[in-house]
Amino acid sequence: MVLLTRKIEFAASHLYHNPDFSPEENRRVFGKCNNPHGHGHNYTLEVTVAGEPDPVTGMVLDLKDLKAILEREVMQRMDHRFLNYEVPELAGQIPTCENIARVIWQLLDPKIKQGKLHRVRLYETPDLFADCYRNGAEGAQPS
Amino acid sequence: MSSGARDGGMKIELGRRYRFAASHRLHNPGLSEEENFRLYGKCNNPYGHGHNYVLEVLVSGAVDPATGMIANLAELDGFVDREILEPFDHKSLNEDVDSFRGTVPTTENLCVEIFRRLKPFPKAKLERVRIQETSNNSFEYAGDNPEGFEG
Repeated sequence: MVLLTRKIEFAASHLYHNPDFSPEENRRVFGKCNNPHGHGHNYTLEVTVAGEPDPVTGMVLDLKDLKAILEREVMQRMDHRFLNYEVPELAGQIPTCENIARVIWQLLDPKIKQGKLHRVRLYETPDLFADCYRNGAEGAQPS
Repeated sequence: MSSGARDGGMKIELGRRYRFAASHRLHNPGLSEEENFRLYGKCNNPYGHGHNYVLEVLVSGAVDPATGMIANLAELDGFVDREILEPFDHKSLNEDVDSFRGTVPTTENLCVEIFRRLKPFPKAKLERVRIQETSNNSFEYAGDNPEGFEG
């Protein structure tokens, strides 16, 4: 099996706010991420696809196809958007790195027909990232 | 808040990078001077040397629908700060960290020690640690967790 990774970057704004929390609780839990008008990041997304290289093309999947999927599913949806208000898939969720990575996994997984989506890694900053993997058939669950 | 989809079908991990600078000397007192030098080369120079270590900590767990988080970063940062950065940053690993009195502070052993110290983090499951000693070498440790090295 070979893993192929493609990286893209997008810029977006967000804020963390749970309407079920009091203003004080929001501030305590989310800190400056709760600032009312939001703030932004340059997100870096790494998408890894696993598969066997095709004997004819030598490719796990055609990078052009992957690029087009990422453009359609991620860039057009999220780039230069306010994630809380403009991305319906995130409606009702706090747009943390974890939740955005999960949404990106859910968007990409059904679209990747050659090879299999192996990992979605989303960097919110160089020092903070979330990874999504497929749960193993053996039912590996985070505790 | 709605939880979105449950995490069924996928596993989510949160990764956070920390930095600390420390010195070490690779030297095994059970070996002769020559053996130490042959084995460790310039890492055996008597007064030690330093690195800017980059520590990557990966934790997993259910994403709390109320916060959207596996673990609150402030809590993770506080824990890592107390357990690792405070005792290790700007220290000599050989001289200032008790765990390395009897163990050579290679980055392999540093991974094991840091994993041991971070394992009790109460808010999420520690999956693995990865330490970059320089931009050209890095080490990972996942304890005895078979899923720690996700593949």
